[in-house]
Amino acid sequence: MDRFALPPALKIRDLAKRFERPAVDGMDLDVPAGEFYTLLGPNGAGKTTMLRMVGGLLKPDRGTISIYGVDALADPVAAKRMTAWLSDEPMIYDKLTPIEYLDFVAGLWGVAGDIAKARATDLVGWLGLEPHAQERCESLSKGTRQKVALAGALVHEPRLIILDEPFTGLDAGSARLVKGVLRERVKAGCSVVMTTHILEVAERMSDRIGVISAGRLVTQGTLDELRSKAGAGQASLEDAFLALVAQGTLAA
Amino acid sequence: MSRTGTIAWVARHEGRLAWRDLLWTMTAGRRRRARTVALGFVVFLLFMHGFAAVLLSPYDFGAGNPDKRMLVVLTGTLALSWSLMLPQAMEAVTRAFYSRGDLDLVLSSPLSARRFFAVRMGAMALTNMLMALALAAPFIDVAVWRGGARWLGAYVVTAVLAAVAVAAAVALTAALFRSIGPRRTRLVAQIVAAVIGAAFVIGLQLAAILSYHTLSRFMILQSDLLIGFAPEAGSILWWPARAVLGDALALIAVLGLGALVFGAAVAAFAARFAGYVLAAAGASHSVRRRIGKAAEFRSRSAAGVLRRKEWMLLWRDPWLVSQTLMQLLYLLPPAFLLWRNFAQGGGSSILIVPVLVMGAGQLAGALAWLAICGEDAPDLIASAPVPSARVLRAKTEAVMSVIAFVFGPFIAVLALTAPFGALVACLGVAIGAASATSIQIWFRTQAKRSYFRRRQTSSRVATIAEALSSCSWAGTGALAAAGSCLAIVGAVLALAILGGTWMISPARS
Repeated sequence: MDRFALPPALKIRDLAKRFERPAVDGMDLDVPAGEFYTLLGPNGAGKTTMLRMVGGLLKPDRGTISIYGVDALADPVAAKRMTAWLSDEPMIYDKLTPIEYLDFVAGLWGVAGDIAKARATDLVGWLGLEPHAQERCESLSKGTRQKVALAGALVHEPRLIILDEPFTGLDAGSARLVKGVLRERVKAGCSVVMTTHILEVAERMSDRIGVISAGRLVTQGTLDELRSKAGAGQASLEDAFLALVAQGTLAA
Repeated sequence: MSRTGTIAWVARHEGRLAWRDLLWTMTAGRRRRARTVALGFVVFLLFMHGFAAVLLSPYDFGAGNPDKRMLVVLTGTLALSWSLMLPQAMEAVTRAFYSRGDLDLVLSSPLSARRFFAVRMGAMALTNMLMALALAAPFIDVAVWRGGARWLGAYVVTAVLAAVAVAAAVALTAALFRSIGPRRTRLVAQIVAAVIGAAFVIGLQLAAILSYHTLSRFMILQSDLLIGFAPEAGSILWWPARAVLGDALALIAVLGLGALVFGAAVAAFAARFAGYVLAAAGASHSVRRRIGKAAEFRSRSAAGVLRRKEWMLLWRDPWLVSQTLMQLLYLLPPAFLLWRNFAQGGGSSILIVPVLVMGAGQLAGALAWLAICGEDAPDLIASAPVPSARVLRAKTEAVMSVIAFVFGPFIAVLALTAPFGALVACLGVAIGAASATSIQIWFRTQAKRSYFRRRQTSSRVATIAEALSSCSWAGTGALAAAGSCLAIVGAVLALAILGGTWMISPARS
């Protein structure tokens, strides 16, 4: 199926949020269904603010957000049903075990018990969490906690996964495991919007990359398109990214 | 400017942090609020002075030599105050052992740990003193106003008691560390502190119930029996009381002894403090605890899973359970009175109802904070497809069901002897708990569950409103149980407090 024939996984128009200064300043973005989209930008560029608005964790000052055709501001519950949010700080409970956590998250998303159990068993297996499945999360390492949180994000089979710096604190092996799981999800038709400072991850994982600076989308495209826009030829994504951010900063 | 690394330099650093922390907790970081807070503080002090004046009106503060009765009452009051200062001090000491804060930085620096912890113990003593003096000041001022300047000695004695409480708390916590190890000390110290704090109050109340069929502690302190057994007026035991009354020799002795005890504690424990902190840090790496029973993965409603999660998190955290349920120790005397009442067929519901209502309000406030503010995965809950109103309702239900579980048996037993009193208690417990929960909802700010002990500092207004609401509902309950029409006045006052709290709450805007 042509993924562009479906309603976009994420469609943002004129999105804005101001704190002391504009954090997101009139942003437009389209992410087609089944795409892995990565947002890059320097610290304070507005990436997390934008994703928090998409996840329903922050109210925008203006603009619209549509998730698979559902107006996320008018019907947040319907939009959230299709979405998973995962940040670099694992949102888990110290006193629950990973399995109990997955049971809880599945309950929040209204997943039937038998289906939730099967999915939880699969996720625990894929993410290598079996040895820790019955241990309280308080004793787990940061990387393992992050994997538990990722399992929680996937247990209700979201169609749009929003990831804010998901690889922070993961060792190389765990990061590879997580990347593999995410690739599988995208292959299965799921869409991913991710922020990261690890350019190698963006380079390897993304269908398209957006560069954001001072609350605005400076440019977006495939890796080759970004290189060409940056006039960086065969340079690395790092060189292209720094050139594009500099251009964006100058333009702003 | 003091030289770096000296005690004066560390004290300056600690003082600056403490001052900024105090400002932050009073104004929540908003400088414009400082004036309002200062004004509120003055009004509160005036109110407390009025309250103290009314409370102390039956007592004689005149000049002349104190008689044995006065010395007994004063000594009992000092002992009671000290038993309440000790838990606060133990809590501060335990927090100093276990919270990491800046300790990693300090302990990894070449700064003398002995100097640092000597200053930190001094800071704890100062905090304890300020807190004790703030609470005692209205009563002391009324005594000075009515009995003359000699009562100013009470300020000195209160400060000394606070410092000695810190010294005792350090020694006690260190003893626990050595005997049961750092892993268990945190929980046990808290229970010990609560039991010590409650034991004296409860003991006096139990004695009052047995002797006079009342919950009043002062009935025992003023009883002829106790005064008959007490040593003669010249005994050294009365020196603290004499110091309160301005006896210069006693005052110097109390001050000297206090300084000696605190100095000895600093000398003995400041150097060991670093070792305790490191041991506590090792203990904070949690042991792997396996849960035998696997999750059931039943199909439940979102509200159902939220309620279940709240109960499970509370049940599995003995530290929090003890923090919240320790205040229920104070329900022991009314339970005892209830039992006596049941055996003798008397009518003590007027005494029992307010204690139950007050206890329910306080417990509900604590649980509501944990469930509503102390959510450790706020983003997860906010990103779930569950309307926030339903989340709030589920969490409130979780709180109220615990209240029903704790207070239900008391009300059921009360119903056997005093059905009307039980009905009033039932209504009072429900309304008191609902009011405290509402206040927590109106003033909610997201925080980690581990910040539970500091919940009062996140909003002083909420804390005071919660206490006032619980007190006024308790008073209303007592009046209603007595069949007095004045209960309506109490209820109106309680509603006015709630209305006023809502008006100034962030939830309104």
